[in-house]
Amino acid sequence: MRSHKLFLSALLVLVLAFTSVLFVAHAQDASGAGLTIGFAQVGSESAWRTAFSDAVKAEAEARGINLLFSDGQQKQENQIAALRSFIAQGVDGIILAPVVETGWDDVLQEAADNSIPVVVVDRNVTADESLFVTRVSSDFVHEGRLAAAWLVQATAGKCDIVELQGTVGSSAALDRQQGFNEVIALFTDMQIIASQSGDFTRTNGKEVMESFLNSIDPATICAVWAHNDDMLIGAIEAMKEAGIDPGQDILTISVDAIPDIFKAMMDGDANATVELSPNMGGPAFDAIVAAINGETLPRWIPVAGGIYFPDTAAEEYARRGGQ
Amino acid sequence: MTDQRTSSTPAPPRPKSSILSSLGRLAAGNRRALFPLLALVLILLGNWLISPSFFSIRVVEGRMLGSIIDIFNRGAPTVLLAIGMTLVIATKGIDLSVGAVIAICGAVAAVLISTTDLSPYVVMLLSVGAGILCGLWNGILVAIFDIQPFIATLILMVVGRGIAQLITEGQIAVFNNPTLEFIGKGTLFGIPFAIILTAIVFVIVYLFIRRTALGLLIESVGANARASYYAGINARLITLMVYVISGICAAIAGLIITTDIKGADANNAGLWLELDAILAVVIGGTLLSGGRFYLALSVIGALIIQSIQTGIFVSGLPPTFNLIVQAVVILAILFLQSEEFRRPFVRAWNRMRKTA
Repeated sequence: MRSHKLFLSALLVLVLAFTSVLFVAHAQDASGAGLTIGFAQVGSESAWRTAFSDAVKAEAEARGINLLFSDGQQKQENQIAALRSFIAQGVDGIILAPVVETGWDDVLQEAADNSIPVVVVDRNVTADESLFVTRVSSDFVHEGRLAAAWLVQATAGKCDIVELQGTVGSSAALDRQQGFNEVIALFTDMQIIASQSGDFTRTNGKEVMESFLNSIDPATICAVWAHNDDMLIGAIEAMKEAGIDPGQDILTISVDAIPDIFKAMMDGDANATVELSPNMGGPAFDAIVAAINGETLPRWIPVAGGIYFPDTAAEEYARRGGQ
Repeated sequence: MTDQRTSSTPAPPRPKSSILSSLGRLAAGNRRALFPLLALVLILLGNWLISPSFFSIRVVEGRMLGSIIDIFNRGAPTVLLAIGMTLVIATKGIDLSVGAVIAICGAVAAVLISTTDLSPYVVMLLSVGAGILCGLWNGILVAIFDIQPFIATLILMVVGRGIAQLITEGQIAVFNNPTLEFIGKGTLFGIPFAIILTAIVFVIVYLFIRRTALGLLIESVGANARASYYAGINARLITLMVYVISGICAAIAGLIITTDIKGADANNAGLWLELDAILAVVIGGTLLSGGRFYLALSVIGALIIQSIQTGIFVSGLPPTFNLIVQAVVILAILFLQSEEFRRPFVRAWNRMRKTA
């Protein structure tokens, strides 16, 4: 009886050892094909968010990953419920696009207890670093630098700029401003002559631009730098109403690359936009595969978008689903 | 305009230009009107000190441009909301849904004009119709089902933005239609049409309220609904009506905001504007406890709020100060209006005059 038990235990150990050898030998191939990965998305509150979800789904399909998608409808409790359901289903990895930064410790601990790697995308979380593999997000500072670099080149380093800031205190506004200012600081003839928040909305962008045009001689403004496309679209309306030709009399540069800014470029009203890249699926899947294979990853994987000009506007407008 | 119902003797025959003359009376004798007007003048002077070109108006391509024009143009939606809100508050109610109604009516207009062949005038009417429906919904909850106005309108405030997002499918619904755009972007005699439209709405509501017994009935319902009922006033109908008027005002504000940027932004159009409208009414001296109301002073209140906003924009202050400056200036205005706060100063002034 006893030897019988011993034999069974030995067999069990052997099987375990064998499977672990198998596991190591068949380390997850780089694409992540065959994995089941849960993706807890914030919701679908903006066109950019929808593009982001679509990009992740397309990437998963191309790689042969079985993606479980959950729309959190802008509510953290929905996202936590989705994460718990992913854990219960025993997924191979989780991608979390958190709606808020705090309150994730418990559910991330549950994932860690089940050895499920979690990659945070887009917004940050303030949980213990050991609880998630890495964060994949846009590099707002880079976006600001790229915008400034184009403007420096377009104006040969001589330009008086008015700035439409995003929502006060938002990381997108702070970092884009920082990146832009870093670059123009290198050129003595480039300066920001007026700056105000337009709250990332068209209405406020238009109102702030109107006030700039009233308090500053429009002829002295060389360019408008907007922290997002929506504010710039509002500002374009304000310039037109004041008899100014946007894109000609005053140059424009903004960030996001939404379809409507390409429409404005086709109309000759906008000069350039830096893309806020929605293509975070690839790097996030790579990170999960790397974590499964036991590789160590940097704490932050930045995703950089390109800069777009009127020459490809019509093409981009169609590709991005402009009406 | 605030004195005609206090005396029991019949009002003396008034000259034809009653609005002008009552404005004159406001400025001349009425202490209640003094402080909001004084606040507005002080803020405008402050803006002028900050930016010397504040009052200058230039004409570009037949359109007047200048900070003072901006105040009226940008303030138009808040003024419209304040007109509706004044009547609602006079009945002891409140309408928290107007910001969401702006989003709904803007979305209705934008989606109809871009996806159907309807004439822009029909689209305008349908958009205002959506505002009437929203007002009816609020009015029925408050007047028929006796739900507290705060909660009744909170429902539409929360769900309204969701409805607007459903209509626009979560995108900013853009359109191109010069006739419709005229509401927010057009000019008449060089003046932005939004200003003229708002002035017309004000005059119509003013005449409707003050040239008929309606204003009196509204105040009566707000002061004591039960007593009004026993006096034979159809309090339910009056209550229903003020919410519908508020809905119409919000719809027109929604049309202005939406056509101004040629797009319906369901997430942001009219966001928090209900609070600005309530503040405008309070600055104008109408009590939240209902009863007496001051339509013209609510308009002044809304212009005060916009003057602060425009002043901050031309001041060149870093945007991190925006909210603090706004709060401090509004607090100063409310102190200016507080009799308790003024009393020690008035006493000191009287003592000084006696000793002099």
